[in-house]
Amino acid sequence: MTNTQVSAVRPRAASAPGTVAERPSARERGTRLLAALFLAPTVVGIVVFTVVPIIGSVVLSLFHWNVIDSPGFAGTANYREVFTDSTVLVSFRNTLVFMVFAVAAQLLIALALALTLNGRMPTWLRSVFRSAFFFPLVLSAASISVVMKYLFNQDFGVINWLIGWFGIAPVPWLTSEHGALATVIIVYVWQQFGFSFLLFVGGLNNIPKEIHEAAALDGATGLRKHLSITLPLLSPTLLVASVVGIINALQVFEQPYVLTDGGPGDSTRTVVMVIYERAFEQLRFGEASAVGVLLFVLIMAVTAVQFRLSRRFVHYQ
Amino acid sequence: MSRVSPLSQATLSLSRARYSLGPWARIAGLAVCALLTLGPVIWTVSTSLRTPADSFNLPPQIIPTHPSTAAYHGVFDQIDVWLLALNSTLVTALIAVGQMITAGLAGYAFARLDFRFKKPLFGLVLATMMVPLQVTIVPVFLVLKSMGLTDTLLGLIIPAFPTAFGTFLMRQYFLGMPKDLGEAAMLDGAGPWRIFRSVYAPLATPGLAIVGVLAFNYHWNEFFRPLILETSGQNYTLPLGLVSLQGNLGTGSISVVLAGVVLSMLPAVAVFLVGQRPLREGITSAGVNR
Repeated sequence: MTNTQVSAVRPRAASAPGTVAERPSARERGTRLLAALFLAPTVVGIVVFTVVPIIGSVVLSLFHWNVIDSPGFAGTANYREVFTDSTVLVSFRNTLVFMVFAVAAQLLIALALALTLNGRMPTWLRSVFRSAFFFPLVLSAASISVVMKYLFNQDFGVINWLIGWFGIAPVPWLTSEHGALATVIIVYVWQQFGFSFLLFVGGLNNIPKEIHEAAALDGATGLRKHLSITLPLLSPTLLVASVVGIINALQVFEQPYVLTDGGPGDSTRTVVMVIYERAFEQLRFGEASAVGVLLFVLIMAVTAVQFRLSRRFVHYQ
Repeated sequence: MSRVSPLSQATLSLSRARYSLGPWARIAGLAVCALLTLGPVIWTVSTSLRTPADSFNLPPQIIPTHPSTAAYHGVFDQIDVWLLALNSTLVTALIAVGQMITAGLAGYAFARLDFRFKKPLFGLVLATMMVPLQVTIVPVFLVLKSMGLTDTLLGLIIPAFPTAFGTFLMRQYFLGMPKDLGEAAMLDGAGPWRIFRSVYAPLATPGLAIVGVLAFNYHWNEFFRPLILETSGQNYTLPLGLVSLQGNLGTGSISVVLAGVVLSMLPAVAVFLVGQRPLREGITSAGVNR
């Protein structure tokens, strides 16, 4: 709201900076005091626990520090160190591969389920399915990974027993380099697709019925209708789901930490795992902060690219 | 209307069948997917009710052949479930209540009060929604260390009080309420505090429920921050306790570990059953989850 609007609504509110200030009324002073009191917890909290730490991350990344000795200025040494460290580089590659497959799978599964659920069926059945698909979202990623570690065990896991029914030999889900990352993706997607699913269900509900009816009159059915009508109308929801999906995927931690602890080798080590290990296991706070700053830049860059691309593909009604 | 030959009718129905599955095929497909989604949970519950000796059996008996609660006694013997549950409850409840208070107040200020720097302040709050916790965790840890709050439950609770997303949500919520209510109260001589307290705050309960349920769901399951902050066992929360229980046992007795998982899931499931609507609305409303 601009200052002119404020004074138009309330003639006595001429306290805008730059104008010759009348004395604010008692009511206005009361309002401002109340606003300050109401905002204090949130604003102070955000400054102390988010704004200062962001600046702190950048500053720390320029120092060598192990908490015990006093910090020493490092310049860009931490970044040079990080860029030549194969574990760090592999962790960025793993995280990007993870992100691409996890987000693609999550969106496709969620979209297919939401579209299928949108067809004709009894209301109670629809809500049973909806609850089922969103249920894993309320569980703890850490404890679910504990469960999945048993299910995917090569020797006594239920998954290998199940696929044995189809004549497939036991798969080393968690103990082979390629298998492990794929398994982490499967476990992550299993828990997360419900989130995109909920977004799509909401988005589909927002598409006016008349549009579908008009399409049906024009003879558009099934896949054709979805491709040329539903998807463009759903594109704003797709954008939100992919932006949030990517931001979350780039921060994956619990699943690889519990399932594989980054192994075998470094094949499932993710960026956040590296931040955790560098800082809290090896006490190399400067390097950990440098990795954190790089992750932040990566997240910002990917999000910016998405919004760029979205101008071409997203249609608002 | 033109005559339709039987042949063209057949091809028409064929092409239609290829694109739109019949209702039964659709429902069957969804049922299979639902089963796959819930399968691991069903397996967890049923295995936790088997004797440790039966826990590795394949095929997995969904209905245990020797139903037993031995695994549940086992969890209580191996880890202090009550302490973990108490810690988790304290942390989660205090954060949920704290977030409802901070987000309710700040959301109201941004929606209904006039003050200087409103826009930049709201922009600041929104911008921090984009900042991942993992990026700031090292400095946050150091800030907490300087306050002497590492390895305390307060160290988990206090930084979680401010919530950018909750503030955003509550602002939307208050903006959706009719302005006339406050103006009528103002004409009756009510001050800004009275207008908030007696007019708008009582209407905010459903919005606050969304903030509270989301906070509960997130922090009950939280793992990363407790892992970093809580170093001594007496401050562990349930997810931490369970992961370390699993680590200690290796692959020894899985029904004991799974019994622990089931116990830790119960409150989350209860909230899912009671608060599914606010939970769904919260997740959908702005598309920001955790």
